[in-house]
Amino acid sequence: MSAEEMSADMSATDMRVEAATTGSRTTRLLGFLVLVGVVALILLGFFGAPPDDEQRDAVRMIFVHVPSAFLTYTAFVTTAVGSVMWLWKRSRWWDVVAHSAAEIGVIFCGLTLFTGSVWGRPTWNTYWDWGDVRIVTNMILFLMMVGYLALRAAGGDEDAVATRAAVVGLVAAVNLPIINRSVEWWANRTLHQKSSLTDGNLEDLTLFTLAVGVVVWALFFVWAMIHRFRIGWLEHQLSSIDLEAALIRRRAEATGESVEEASL
Amino acid sequence: MLADVWLVAGKDLRIEWRSRVTSSQVVPFALTVLVLFGFALDANRGVLNDAASGLFWVTVLFVAVVAVARSTAVETSDGARRALLLAGIEPSAVFFGKTVAVAVQLLGVEVLMVGGVLVFYGATVESLPLLVATCALATIGIAASGTLLGALVAGVRARETVLPVLLLPVLAPVLIAASRAFDDALGVLAVDGWAWLGLLGGFGLVNATLGTLAYGRLLEES
Repeated sequence: MSAEEMSADMSATDMRVEAATTGSRTTRLLGFLVLVGVVALILLGFFGAPPDDEQRDAVRMIFVHVPSAFLTYTAFVTTAVGSVMWLWKRSRWWDVVAHSAAEIGVIFCGLTLFTGSVWGRPTWNTYWDWGDVRIVTNMILFLMMVGYLALRAAGGDEDAVATRAAVVGLVAAVNLPIINRSVEWWANRTLHQKSSLTDGNLEDLTLFTLAVGVVVWALFFVWAMIHRFRIGWLEHQLSSIDLEAALIRRRAEATGESVEEASL
Repeated sequence: MLADVWLVAGKDLRIEWRSRVTSSQVVPFALTVLVLFGFALDANRGVLNDAASGLFWVTVLFVAVVAVARSTAVETSDGARRALLLAGIEPSAVFFGKTVAVAVQLLGVEVLMVGGVLVFYGATVESLPLLVATCALATIGIAASGTLLGALVAGVRARETVLPVLLLPVLAPVLIAASRAFDDALGVLAVDGWAWLGLLGGFGLVNATLGTLAYGRLLEES
C-alpha cells in the first residue's frame, strides 16, 4: 500500500470511527423487546404467579435467579468457545466475542450469587451455606472470571493479551468440573433443590413466568453482546489506526519530512 | 525430552541454590504465616490442632504464589526466555523442567512446615504414607498450574498482583482435597483421606496436559 492509499484509507477509517455508534435497528428493536419483556415479567412475577405453599412470596426470586444462572453459564461457555477459536484460528472476531461474553457473564454471575443469597435467607435461614455445592462452585467461577478480566485489563500487545486471556479462559473451563467435584465431595450434602423444573412441582403460571424470565434474559444477553462486541471491535480498529499513525511518524523521522508530507 | 526436562529443572534449582532465595526468604515467609495463624486464633491449641490441615495448605498456596513468581522472574530478566527459545528445547520440556524445579522447592518448604505444624499447633502424624502421598500429588498439581499461569503473566506489567488473582481460585480444589487428606493423616477427622488423592492426581494430570499444550504459544507471545 502506498503512503497515499494508506492516508486515504486512514481518513476513511477515521470517519468511520467518528461516526460509529454501537446502536442499530436490530439493537433498538431488541432493546425495546427487552423493556417490554421486563415490564411483563414484573407484572407476572409480582401479581400473576401464585405464592408457593412453603416458601410463600420468596419463591418469586426464582424469576430472576434461575434466568441469571442460565445466562452466566451461556456467557462462560461462549467465552470458552471464543478462547479455543482464538488459539486455533487466531480469529479476532472470536477473541472480542470471548471478552464481551466474559464481562457480561461476570455481571450475571454476581447477580446469581446475590439473588441466591437473598433468596437463601428466608428459605434456608442463611445468606451463605458452605454445604451447598452450586453456590460455592459459582463463587470460585466468579473469582476466576474476575481474574480473567483483570488480566485483560492489565493491557499489553493485543495478540499477547488475547492469547493469555484465551489460556485463562480454558484453564477456568477445564478446571470447573474438578472444582465442582471437590466441592461436592467436601460438602456431601446440599440445600439446593435438585431441580424444580423436572419435579413438576411448580404451578403452571409460575413455570410460564419463569420461561418469560429466561426469554427476556436471553434477549438482553444478545442485546448486550452486540453492543459490547461493537465496542470491542471499535477498540481493535482504533489500535490498528494508532499503529499505522506510528508507522507514518517513523517514516517521517527517517526521511526528514514532516508527518503530513510522509503521509501523502 | 527427559534430558531437556532435567536440564531446565537443574538450571532453575542451581539458580535457587546460588541465590538462596528459597532458603533465605520463602522458608521464613512460610514460618511467619504459620506463626501469624497462631496469633489470629488466639494461640488456642485445640482450635489450631483442628484447623492444622487447612492452615498448612493455605500457607502452601501462599508459598506457591511466591515460588512461581520467582520462577517466572528468573526467565523474564535479561531476556532469558528468548535464550531458552533459541536453545531449541521443546517448550513442553521447558514447562516440565520448571514444574519439577518449583515442585522440589515446594516439597522442601513443606517438610519444614510439617515440623512447624507439629511443634506450634500440637498436631500428630497418624499416617505417614498418606501424608507423604498427599504432599507429593498436591505439590505436582500446584507446580503444574503455577508454572502455566506464571508463564502467562510473565509479559504482563502488573504481574505481581495478577498472578495470585488468577492462581488461587484455580487451586481451590487442591486446598479442599489436600486439607481433607491431611485431616485423615493427622487424625483430626474420621474421613477417608486416600479417597481424596484421586482428585489431586486428576487435577495434576489435567493441568500438566494444559501446560504441555499451551506453554509453547505463551513462550512465543508474551
